[in-house]
Amino acid sequence: MHRFARVVATLAVVLLGGCKSQKASEPTTVKLGVFEPMTGANAAGGAMEVEGIKLAHAMFPTVKVGDKELKVELVLVDNKSDKVEAANAAQRLVDQEKVTAVLGSWGSSLSMAAGPIVKEKQIPAVAMSATNPLVTKGNDYYFRVCFIDPFQGTVMANYAAKELQAKKAVIVREVSNDYSVGLARFFADQFKKLTGDEAAILSELNYNTGDQDFTAQLTTLKAMKPDVIFAPGNYTESALLIKQARELGITAPFLGGDTWEATEFLDVGKDAVEGAVLSTFFATEVPITETSKTFLDAYRKQYSKEPAAVTALGFDGYLVVRAAIEKAGTLEGPKLRDALASTSAFPGAAGLITFDANRDATKSAVIKVVKGGKFTYLTTVQP
Amino acid sequence: MTVDTAQRRRRHHLLTAAAAVAFALFLLVADRTFDAFSLRVLNLCGIYVVLALSLNLVNGFTGLFSLGHAGFMAVGAYTSALLTMTPAEKELNFFLEPIVPWLAAVTVPFPLALVAAGAVAAALGFVIAAPALRLRDDYLAIATLGFAEIIRVVLTNLQPVTNGALGLKGLPRFAGTGVVWTCAALTVLFMVLLVRSAYGRALKAIRDDEIAAAAMGVDVFRTKVVSFTISSFMAGVGGALLGHVLTTIDPKMFTFMLTFNILLVVVLGGIGSITGSVIASFAVTVLMEALRFLDGPLALRIGEFELFRTEARPGLRMVVFSAFLMAVVLFRQRGLMGTREFSWSMFSRAGLLPRRRGGDAAGGTHGAA
Amino acid sequence: MTLPLFLQHLANALSLGSLYALIAIGYTMVYGILRLINFAHGDVFMLGAYLAFYGAAIFLLPWWATLLLALLVTAAFGVGLERVAYRPLRDSPRISVMISAIGASFLIENVGIVLFGGRPKGVTVPEVMNVKIELGGVSVMSVSVVIPLITFAVLAALVFVVQKTRTGMAMRAVSTDLDAARLQAIDVNRIISFTFGAGSLLAALGGIMWSYKYPQLNPLMGTMPGLKCFIAAVIGGIGSISGAVLGGFLLGAIELLTIAFLPTLTGYRDAFAFVLLIVVLLVKPSGLLGGTQVEKV
Repeated sequence: MHRFARVVATLAVVLLGGCKSQKASEPTTVKLGVFEPMTGANAAGGAMEVEGIKLAHAMFPTVKVGDKELKVELVLVDNKSDKVEAANAAQRLVDQEKVTAVLGSWGSSLSMAAGPIVKEKQIPAVAMSATNPLVTKGNDYYFRVCFIDPFQGTVMANYAAKELQAKKAVIVREVSNDYSVGLARFFADQFKKLTGDEAAILSELNYNTGDQDFTAQLTTLKAMKPDVIFAPGNYTESALLIKQARELGITAPFLGGDTWEATEFLDVGKDAVEGAVLSTFFATEVPITETSKTFLDAYRKQYSKEPAAVTALGFDGYLVVRAAIEKAGTLEGPKLRDALASTSAFPGAAGLITFDANRDATKSAVIKVVKGGKFTYLTTVQP
Repeated sequence: MTVDTAQRRRRHHLLTAAAAVAFALFLLVADRTFDAFSLRVLNLCGIYVVLALSLNLVNGFTGLFSLGHAGFMAVGAYTSALLTMTPAEKELNFFLEPIVPWLAAVTVPFPLALVAAGAVAAALGFVIAAPALRLRDDYLAIATLGFAEIIRVVLTNLQPVTNGALGLKGLPRFAGTGVVWTCAALTVLFMVLLVRSAYGRALKAIRDDEIAAAAMGVDVFRTKVVSFTISSFMAGVGGALLGHVLTTIDPKMFTFMLTFNILLVVVLGGIGSITGSVIASFAVTVLMEALRFLDGPLALRIGEFELFRTEARPGLRMVVFSAFLMAVVLFRQRGLMGTREFSWSMFSRAGLLPRRRGGDAAGGTHGAA
Repeated sequence: MTLPLFLQHLANALSLGSLYALIAIGYTMVYGILRLINFAHGDVFMLGAYLAFYGAAIFLLPWWATLLLALLVTAAFGVGLERVAYRPLRDSPRISVMISAIGASFLIENVGIVLFGGRPKGVTVPEVMNVKIELGGVSVMSVSVVIPLITFAVLAALVFVVQKTRTGMAMRAVSTDLDAARLQAIDVNRIISFTFGAGSLLAALGGIMWSYKYPQLNPLMGTMPGLKCFIAAVIGGIGSISGAVLGGFLLGAIELLTIAFLPTLTGYRDAFAFVLLIVVLLVKPSGLLGGTQVEKV
């Protein structure tokens, strides 16, 4: 009985805590919300982006709003790679923490969960590496500092058809991953166009997130004898996929997307992934702007290793928002949004950022190849 | 029935009505004054009430161990989404592969879509129940888990119908506070009436001893199937509500983790207690958010001094929840309420309400097992 | 479908099947004794793999030493798990034990996430397991040859233990009727602990072999294999060790050969196991080698 009363009382207190009185006071810090997956399936990607954001914050901890120099405070919430959590996390940032802008998330489906929330509250959000077109479509308040999959797909298709002179390809895609499905489609469309052959894609084989055995799909694939294999899945499965392919005696080259770029890909794949080619956002060998050099130096100093591409994007996300705040001279949502939208040729670590009408960044893509157990720069592709 | 009991019953009914009105007023106030985050948590509590009660119906009151809830939720969510999205939104979403023609132009009003969501889920539940309920409890658990996985895999692969892995976004925001809590209230009311009816007694008889129940003339199999189907209906509605609150769904949402969350609520509240499920829905939903700090760096402070600070350990929150579940199952199996239900007599016995002459010694457990 | 192609598919199926079989044995042993679906079995499998990994990475032990160490530690963990999570609930309704199992499974997984981190880790496969063998157009890795050998060795050993030793007889007694066994002065707790220890050891062995074949660790790696191996055990006849082996091979074969002949269904692969389970449960619930009486072999 007493326990019951106590529970009710506790709940009442917690719920009533929701009735917050609106305090109108002078802001002394600028809060930037960071909402990323720190646990769950996408934890690695989230962690890499946060590294970049934190580095930028350490290097540029203040922002000029009007004539005041204010400190920037990062509020990090974990969306657990889960949609419901993502919505809660975003809502918390926007309502409880009252952030000025939101950075995140790795994983387009998670960003989409935050979409309606930031739109309603008129808080601009910047995604760093989410490439699904749906994230920004129809949402004036969502931006992204990376290219979108339609572009990335064509980059690899061009490489396959022109560089590798491939005529026939097989696509192996992670059917439960929107990124993989989308990228596969864009690749297929472009590849068919370039080869002029409707049947240039011999087959589309699927696997699910978390699968570890691909021998069945690969054996079928081996019999088809493709010139090239496009496998735009996450690095977790892709490394195993390529390893098993080599074990089965498949020699065709493997092409992939930016999700391959993680140390684990090399760690797990070891010799098997030698020669794998992928498209991504940024190459440390080819610093594009002055910011790239600054970023690389700072990162190498702090972590003594090479940064991932999404880390550079995280770095850029922070800087782009900061610059927009300074440009707008205010922390008001709609004005900040407009300032962001007018960003043009902003020098980010991963290239010049210009938001197009859809708030996507038109950036060049970088193609890398795995050589000597490292991701090595191959070439840059302009949009 | 003595005059006293009748009077007591009437008084209890009045109290219940008063409490319901008070809560409705609270919701009205909350809708106006709460910030969006707290409101979201509050509405999530409501949805969890629906989901927890639907799971409790099968697991708690009928004694079947079903782990397939996420599958019915998924079906409900997708049904409602596809029926309420405008053709323009559908075109926006299905940019990779166009939607099947017969779904493209369909748009129905929300209440109808909600009922349809429940109906489709119930139909699926019925189809699954017929074969699955013949199995023993542990096999039933795995079989229902299997069905949920099959549903998820199918939803992921049927690109022209569900948009596959890309998911759907832009679901109309029809699930406001009023809608969610009306559904929750209806669910509670329905469950209370069901449990007190002859049908409810049959369910409890089956739970307690199937053979004895059969000997008493209960059509065990049919009762189980009906219970499972009703539970699936409610799960479908719950899933639809969840979808409309989030305004975006994809197959990855509806994994076993989701079923586990609901199971957590049911176990903590007490398997077989409606009140327990309601209270635990609130408790777990609120705690999930309140304990977020566990995922960040933890610091022990005294005044201005920081004694020590641990590193951020993402995932600690879920460790605490799992440990909590284990603790409840091991040490207080009955959860918060066991199989008892709330009754105004509790307050009388505790001395918070005046005792009636004639004593309440005999009273107390209305509608409980 | 040419012959060499089919043979390769078959080789793949046997390789995967033998792995499923090895893990299913542990599952079926525990179920036979306690009528408990040990949801945590897949997570014990994960622990074994991680322990072997850390043994090599931190203590720089050679692979066979870290393997043995991991097996022993995991066996001890399994015994502990039974003591803490299942023994107190032995007289409780089945639903409580199952919830405890699910809770234990989630707890181990989440602790794993906190301790090991959510990012996957690459495993260094021992040389002897990493040799490519090619025979008439069919390629397999040496680990895929080792695993069936181990599986059958374990099968033989267990058959011997269960049929020919006193402990085995006690195990059979406990699985037939726990209370009657108690009356026969059999130390039921000790037998159950032994079974759990052995089952967990096999799970760990399965996990380590799995990590040699698919050299990537993550804290959630045991969920799907655990589920599938339980299905394999059910198909073969839960409680029967040779049934588990048969079920494992059968599941591997059906999973891979269906995709081999119907490549358009690759996306539905996980569903096959569950469909198969439901079909078996409807047609012959006691499994292929199970009788109405639960017998070990």
